[in-house]
This record gives sequence, structure tokens and C-alpha cells, in this order.
Amino acid sequence: MSTLVIRNGHLIDPGAGVDAPKDILCKDNRVVEIAAPGKLKQLNGATDVQSIDAAGLIVAPGLIDIHVHLREPGQGYKETIATGTAAAAAGGFTAVAAMPNTTPVNDTADITRWMQSPERGAQVRVFPIAAATRGSKGETINDFAALKAAGAVAVTDDGHPILKDSIMRETLAAAARVGLSVIQHAEDTRLTQGASMNAGPVAFKLGLRGMPVEAESGIVERDIRLVTELRDARAHLHVAHTSTAAAIAAVRQARRNGLRVTCEVAPHHFLLTDEHVGCYNTHYKMNPPLRSAADRDAMIEAILDGVVDAIATDHAPHAAHEKEVEFERAPNGITGLETALGLCLRYLHGDLKMPLGRVLSLLSAQPAAVLGLKGRGSLAVGSCADAVIFDPKAEWTYRAAEGKSKSKNTPFDGWTMQGKVRWTVAEGRVAYTSLA
Amino acid sequence: MPTSAARRTLHAPELPPSPFPYHPGSLLSINDLSLDALNHVLRRATELTNEDPLARARILPKRRVALLFYESSTRTRTSFELAAKALGCDTTLVSNLSSSIEKGESLKDTGLTIRALGAEAIILRHNASGAPWWLEACTHLPVLNAGDGMHEHPTQGLLDLRTILAHLRPGIAEVGPDTLAGVTVSITGDILHSRVARSNMLLLPRLGARVLLCGPKELLPDLAANVVPGVAIERNFESALKQSQVVMMLRIQAERLAGLQLDLEQYKAAYQLTGDRLRTLAPQAIVMHPGPIIRGLELTAGVADGPQSKILEQVANGVAIRMAVVERALTTSRTGDRA
Repeated sequence: MSTLVIRNGHLIDPGAGVDAPKDILCKDNRVVEIAAPGKLKQLNGATDVQSIDAAGLIVAPGLIDIHVHLREPGQGYKETIATGTAAAAAGGFTAVAAMPNTTPVNDTADITRWMQSPERGAQVRVFPIAAATRGSKGETINDFAALKAAGAVAVTDDGHPILKDSIMRETLAAAARVGLSVIQHAEDTRLTQGASMNAGPVAFKLGLRGMPVEAESGIVERDIRLVTELRDARAHLHVAHTSTAAAIAAVRQARRNGLRVTCEVAPHHFLLTDEHVGCYNTHYKMNPPLRSAADRDAMIEAILDGVVDAIATDHAPHAAHEKEVEFERAPNGITGLETALGLCLRYLHGDLKMPLGRVLSLLSAQPAAVLGLKGRGSLAVGSCADAVIFDPKAEWTYRAAEGKSKSKNTPFDGWTMQGKVRWTVAEGRVAYTSLA
Repeated sequence: MPTSAARRTLHAPELPPSPFPYHPGSLLSINDLSLDALNHVLRRATELTNEDPLARARILPKRRVALLFYESSTRTRTSFELAAKALGCDTTLVSNLSSSIEKGESLKDTGLTIRALGAEAIILRHNASGAPWWLEACTHLPVLNAGDGMHEHPTQGLLDLRTILAHLRPGIAEVGPDTLAGVTVSITGDILHSRVARSNMLLLPRLGARVLLCGPKELLPDLAANVVPGVAIERNFESALKQSQVVMMLRIQAERLAGLQLDLEQYKAAYQLTGDRLRTLAPQAIVMHPGPIIRGLELTAGVADGPQSKILEQVANGVAIRMAVVERALTTSRTGDRA
């Protein structure tokens, strides 16, 4: 039996409503006791105790990213489950939900189990999200019960939308029957053919075809109509990487109507705009694209107002040679696991004065709730021993070249970050440490 | 509706200053040229044109210029080649159809290969917007943008300006912010897909001209008027003609329509430049077209061959302008001094 004690830290556990100096005792993979500093009772007599001195540091539930691309199986040259989860641990994440657009697409129980096998060398917990349809082609619905039994926590065709009304309705209904969420990549691909950035004056000036905001909001509105029709079935729709004011407005209204509709926003969508594409820099190319300043401001507003349920990075590693091409030909996506906490602390907490507990909740308790990840997102007694221990005052400069991810495709290289992760404890084991 | 986000603004870092152009001899966008640089190019275009051909051929003897063309071209390619050769350069043409590009070689590798072969400047025509920026970033050579996707065609903008000046401001020694004050230039046709339109939209208002864009919504989105000051949209072609001293017509770019359906008969009825329209609405205007022209579509054969047409003059000005920008590329050191 392994025992870990985290002493002298300041525990912020928004899910449990704790914001106070506490010591934490973990045995194996569970939190067994929380007590005032020096007051742990069950520590007496324990041998072989690993101790972390968190004096001056914040201790919080391990962060959870419900939208990452780990690229395995099949695209190990971009990232592996081992390297992607090492990047997660460095960023303070103790669990990640891995998207199914791998090669082959994760649309079977076998692949879902393969991804969770110890041979993958994961540094933090990987929750597979399975494909909603066979090959993510949007035509034939997969066996959700079998996928759930194998460990899938949601279904999606991420990278592609589930475009057909009938298939999306059936997906929502079938997922609701087995208690899974449906995550939609909301993009009406009929409106985005050949487009490589947000539609608008910047795209016109750069001579690039644009993706209109309606391509996103139209699908979100359609999906909400379907969820309304399936209200009695308690279907849950989660909107991935929301980027437009119109889509946020639709989610806001759906929630007022009492529907089970949740959404996530990525750091780049509340920090950057389409102006950042500048001179065709492919590190600013992702899907959905960077939007106008008005859309960016709407993301901030929705985060502050509580409409946004989770910050998720859409960590999408690509090899250098894939991004070193003409803008229109570059693949979509940027990495995000190692920069999310530093950006959220600097801008949401530091700049916008959002309380630390609320920022941390968007990165742990709330995403855990979105996907129903039991025992995650809190350090209450009985929870998983997943913790991030960080120095909230430390400023540091992110250097992509020094990152743990296999890929370096990030717009945040050289940015100043706030809050340095000192330890990441994943299921009772130190998965990352960086001492000052 | 002002949102409360205005009160809660996030102070993300400013956009970093653009590193482009890496090489001060490059011409990626028409906006790379300051007013001084613009005057230098216009002046040298005239001086080089008037120069004795044998003396001219000794200006840049045996310097190596590569023409890298990913799209077909008649005017631009030939005039760049003639311009470089007129200055004494060796030129070589690499085209996507008869090179390793067909085998999948990337733009980066093609650029590095051309540099290793001794090229001192690369003239690039590419079907992807922004490709010249990427080529310059890879090679750090002076790159001359000979048309990139739907983005820009800066030397076309310059030769159009030289043509306009020859007729509207003959003998002018230097251009400035008011040189074309009172002049309206209408650009009609497929604005959305036109790199010629974008370079002219950026250039002409800097010299005081008013630019009127004309065309149907499918080819001219409303937001085009918000991109730079001095540019407005006039959907009615006849009204645009009435206001114009310069009538610039554009081709419908079938290769870039990407599934867009257009009724050509309707288009011709509304936007074709006919002899009648020209005579009655803009009898004094000059008619320009970057080519290739499609007779009977955007303009009639009579207009193309008529006295107001300056289309072949534009072509001839292409050689003059391109001599000047090739010279600038090869005689501007990395620090920006002219050799």
C-alpha cells in the first residue's frame, strides 16, 4: 500500500467548497483524509510515506481536459499516448479525454480498450471518447453499449460534424439510452468547403476562403432542436470548442429552457482573434478558426457569466513538416495541454479577476461533471488521488521547444504564463514535478 | 448592442511586429513599398525603359533569378523573364508541371533547392494565398510576388499605376498622397477571387484615388468595402461607369469559383463593358484589364480593340515595372541599403 501526504498547502477544491490550508492524506489511489495542517489522524504509524511539502503553494483537484487528440493509434509521429499524457501532467492535468479521430478511427471496443492498456505508458488517466458513427463518416451508428463497457465516456465524430438530422437524432437518443454524452463538432461543412480561417474582412484581405459563423451556430441550433424533441429521453449534448457569439447565445437559451446542453471553450478562442493569422502563420490555424474580436469577447463574457462549462484545450499536435507549408494546405490544430493553466491564471484570474476557485472549477470539477467522471474533479475524501500543486505567483515563459509534447505547433511560444506547476499527482503517483 | 465585455477587456499581448519582409528587396505585398520606394520603382521603370539595351544588359550581368511558377501565366512570366534578361540576368523557369513539384516536393524544399542552385531572387506565382511569405521565410532570399492565390499581385498594381499616370498625369515626376485626387477608378467583375483587385485597392487610395468596386454579391461581398479606406461598392455598373476616369475590367475566374453557380447571360447583361455603355457613360475614360481577356464576356471585342483600351499598354508597362523591381531585389542589401 502506498501512502502520500501533501502538507502545508492551501487547498482550493471548488467542488467540495474548500478554500483553506489543509493537509491531504492519500492511500493508493484515494483521498482518505483531509485535515488542518499537522492534524492528520490516520497518518500515525504509517510507514513508507511519500511526503510533498506544499508550503506557499495551491493544492487543487487535478485538472481535466475533456478535449485532446493523443493521435494513437496510428499517428505516433505527431504524438503518442505516452508523450501526450506527459504534456498533460506537465500542464497540471491528471485526466484527459481522447478524441477518436485516430488511424483507424476509434469506433470499436477493442481500440477503446487498447488506448487504456498499461502498455501505452500513459502518465495520467486517459478516458477514450469513441466515434459516434462508423469511421466517423456520419452514416452508421456504433454500438454505444459495447463502447461504454470498454471505457468510453462519450461519443463524437470530432474533426467532423454529425451532419445529417436523422443520424444526429438517433445518436442523441441511443447515447441517452446508455447514459453517454454526445459531443458535437459543430461545423456545417457545406458552408466551409476550401475555407481555412474565419470569414470576414481579414480573410478577404488575405485572399483566404472563410468559414462563416453560421457554419457553427447553425449546427448548434439544429442540435438544440433535436435535444428539445428528445427532452424526455434526457439526451445530453455537449458543444465542443465553441467559438461564436451566436452558438453561445443558443446554448444560453437552451439552458434557460432546462435542456441538458453544455459547452466548452478553448483558451485560444478567448485570447486570440483572426487578426493574429497575420502573415499566414500556420500556428494560428485551427478548426473552428480564430474569430472576430466580437466573438472573442463573447467567449470571455460567457466564461465570466457561467454559460461555459469547461475550458478544454483541443490539444491537436501536428509534426513540424505538416505545418511548414502554405497556409491553406496546413492541417488544423494547435497544442494546448502545457499552456492552459498558465493562460487561464494569467488572463481569467489575473486580468479579468475571476476568482481562483472558479477558474480551477472550469478546469476540473465542471469538466468532470460534463462527462460524469465519478471521483474526479474533487479532492473530497473518497475521491481519486488526483491533484495539481502549483505556485500561483510564479511567472514563467513558455518555450515550446522544451515542452513534453512531441509537437511544437503552438501560438503561445514565448508567452508569459502565470502559475507554475510544481507537482502533478495522478492516481496517487507523482506524474510530474518541477522544483523551483 | 454594446456588450459588457467592453468593460471587462482582456489584455492579451499585442500582435508581435511582422517579421516580413525578411529581405528588404522583396515585394510580397504592394504595402511593402513606402511612398519613397514606390517613386524609386516608378522612376527606375522609366529610366530603364529609356536606357540603351546594351548598356542595360550590363546592369546585373549573370545574376541568377529563378521564376517559380505554380500556375500558368503568359504576361507575368514572359515580362518578368524579359525584364530580368534585359538587365543581364540569367533566368531559369521552374514550373509545377515539369519539375519535382509534381512528385510532391514541398514549397520549402523547392525554394531551398533553387537557392542552393545559386538563385539570388525568386519570382513566385502560386495558387495558394500567402505562399510568397512562406517561401521568403524559408529561403530568406528576396521574393517577388507574381500573384498568390486570391491575395495580391503587386507588380500588376504597379504597372496599372504606371498606365494610369501616363494618361491622367502625364509627365509627373513624383507621386504623393494627392496625385490621384479627384480620380475615380472602377474595378468591375470577379473582385472576390481577384489578386489584381486587392493590390489596386491597397495602392490607388494611397495616392488619393477613389476606388469603386462593382459586381454581383457572389463575386463582391459587402465586406470588401470595409477592408481599406477609400474603397466603396457601387453595384450598378452604369452608375459606376458614369463616375469613372479609369474603367478596370476583370475576368470571371472559372478556376476559382469553387462550385459557385453564375448565370453568365445575366452577368453579361448587367456588367459587360459594351461599346454603347462606354460611349454614352464614360466617353473620356481609359479602359484597362489585367488579362487574359475573354472577348464577349466581360467586354466586347470592339471595346478591347477600341481607342480607349490601354490593355496592351499595360502589358508593355509590365516589362518596365518588372525591370525596376528585379533591379531593386538584386541591389538592395539585407540591411536595406541600395548597392
